[in-house]
Amino acid sequence: MGIKVKDLISMSDLSVAEMKEILTNAKAMKEILKRDIKKVPTLRGRVIINLFYENSTRTRTSFELAGKYMGADVININVSTSSVAKGESLLDTAKTLDSMGADVVVMRHPASGAHHLLGQAVKARVINAGDGAHEHPTQALLDLYTMLEYKQDLQGRKVAIIGDILHSRVARSNILGLNAFGAQVWVCGPPTLMPARIEDLGVNVTYKMEEALADADVIMMLRIQLERQKKGLFPSIREYAKFYGLNKRKLALAKRDALVMHPGPMNRGVEITAEVAECCQAVIEEQVTNGVAVRMALLYSMGGVKTNVIA
Amino acid sequence: MLLLKNGLLVDPSQDICEKADVLVVGNTVSQLSKEITPTPEMEVLDLSGKVVAPGFIDMHVHLREPGLEHKETILAGCQAAAKGGFTGLACMPNTSPVVDNEGTVELILVRGQKYGLVHVYPIACITKGQEGNELTEMGILHEAGAIAFSDDGKTVKNSGVMRRALDYAKAFGFLLISHCEDEDLAGSGVMHEGLVSTELGLAGIPALSEELIIERDIRLAELTKSRIHIAHVSTARGVEIIREAKKRGVKVTAEVTPHHFTLTHEAVRGYDPNTKVNPPLRTREDVEALRKGLAEGVIDCIATDHAPHAREEKEVEFNYAPCGISGLETAVPLAWENLYLSGYLTLPQLVQCFSTNPARILGIDRGSLKVGKVADITVIDPNLKQKVDKDKFYSLGKNTPFHGWELTGWPVLTIKDGKIIRLPE
Repeated sequence: MGIKVKDLISMSDLSVAEMKEILTNAKAMKEILKRDIKKVPTLRGRVIINLFYENSTRTRTSFELAGKYMGADVININVSTSSVAKGESLLDTAKTLDSMGADVVVMRHPASGAHHLLGQAVKARVINAGDGAHEHPTQALLDLYTMLEYKQDLQGRKVAIIGDILHSRVARSNILGLNAFGAQVWVCGPPTLMPARIEDLGVNVTYKMEEALADADVIMMLRIQLERQKKGLFPSIREYAKFYGLNKRKLALAKRDALVMHPGPMNRGVEITAEVAECCQAVIEEQVTNGVAVRMALLYSMGGVKTNVIA
Repeated sequence: MLLLKNGLLVDPSQDICEKADVLVVGNTVSQLSKEITPTPEMEVLDLSGKVVAPGFIDMHVHLREPGLEHKETILAGCQAAAKGGFTGLACMPNTSPVVDNEGTVELILVRGQKYGLVHVYPIACITKGQEGNELTEMGILHEAGAIAFSDDGKTVKNSGVMRRALDYAKAFGFLLISHCEDEDLAGSGVMHEGLVSTELGLAGIPALSEELIIERDIRLAELTKSRIHIAHVSTARGVEIIREAKKRGVKVTAEVTPHHFTLTHEAVRGYDPNTKVNPPLRTREDVEALRKGLAEGVIDCIATDHAPHAREEKEVEFNYAPCGISGLETAVPLAWENLYLSGYLTLPQLVQCFSTNPARILGIDRGSLKVGKVADITVIDPNLKQKVDKDKFYSLGKNTPFHGWELTGWPVLTIKDGKIIRLPE
């Protein structure tokens, strides 16, 4: 099996069967994480490069550990965005890494579509670890995994994604993944943070958090970048927290066993109160663990299966 | 003496669309007739099956020289224009330095004349430094050779300044050309705002950011009773605003680019930076409205907005790439296919959009093959079908989204001042 496309850039690059295969494999990977010796030789001799043009602790570490647990050699390259303009072009960097024999390049980049450019230029397989406001498919996969762990089936489940939809690659990837699994997706946020024609992606749109939360099975809170306030996208942090933050009182509108999720890092007291983040319905830490397992499964599908391996 | 035999002569200036021979003596058209018998002193070109038209004029070209020769030079741009079927072009002033002084106007004129491939008509800035504050010395710049005025690429943001510019230009009857964009509303947008921008996660530019300024500049032209030309109209509402203004008698003209009447924002999927243009590629409905706008005469002409860039500037992330398409060498076949063959324009209308109308808007004695007129001639082969090959462009800018497209109706010959233009292989 494995994944048909060379590069995983969007959730739309995967068939439902491929998503399911990754999620099934992730179960086995999660078992490995619980062992004393968290290492298998599956990807021994493979080189994975984490190429990060944006700061990230969570995703980069998650990919790094996933690669190492699978036995691959993992290299991290952090390129500060400020040097992009005067520095080496993405194409040249990519070709350099390719020439050094990278098997998989995991990239995060602030510009939407950067991975299309990268993928066309390199022989290595490319995994999107987040591009601008476009997609973050491994986040969607780990979110699906987490939801399925608790809910078994997502058919008809109401999933509310709340916050800055406009700039959110997490939202875009999750919409694609959740629609593929038959969930009923709601997006919610102030109109200034809602992208044009989002309803055409097959989601329900509301500006009222109460409507999004009513009888929800899953609540996915998004991180609000505080500097967006300076650009006039919302009046103040205080106002944002009041109308689009999740607290205990609002949580009660959802189903009693609704899951509370957050891709991290959280702004406690802004989009989510500390109380909710740590309540029994929150699965935020579980998402992090699952992230490693899902990425191990993905690397297994993309880094392990090669046609040109010399025996 | 040059005899063009057996071609289909299409000249809207004298309502001709029929097989006719054209005799050129010196630099002028000396005879038009059903049948001209060759004499030994004539060079004879058999143009059976070809279209013979008054020379095409592209009134929106970026030649980049002086200062940005890594993108394009006057020589390469003129070669590209001639190859693309043009005998004249007006070039935009956003060079380095910008064209806000006599010296730069003269430099462009002199170099254009030296190469002699197409007529080069420099456009000068409306404001000094293209900064939107103080008016340039329009009268002096005009005497130096500027054909029109524009801060192309930048809207004159201050409505008061734009009003003064239109008012002042009226004294001389000068033409102002407006790039219409409310930069605050466009924000950090890099493509048309709509479903595609949402799916791609790219910041959107609402159609309104263009339409607001089209409306503003038309109203200012109305107020000042001056002339305004709207560059690269891209939206359906924009066409409607211009239609209404023309009905009211406002002295407004407008152009559309081949990429705007050919492509939609769907072309941006895949993030090819060659589809990044300003104004951005719009929707199917907008494309339809632009084509109909041309057919109904609301939009007067086709101009390429030829915007060459160096390869390394375009081979970057979509967000970081500069806007523009190298358009001179694909304009005619794109129009031939999308406007003529698809039934929006008749042949005379097509020639009007490429020749008669731009000549009229710029106020130059071109766009006609009446006896006695200068023999600037464009010849098109309606049967020539070939693929666009960017590597064969004369332009230094290879930035085209049309590479590999198979198109018909290519220009095969241009004649300028009565002389056949020959380009290096």
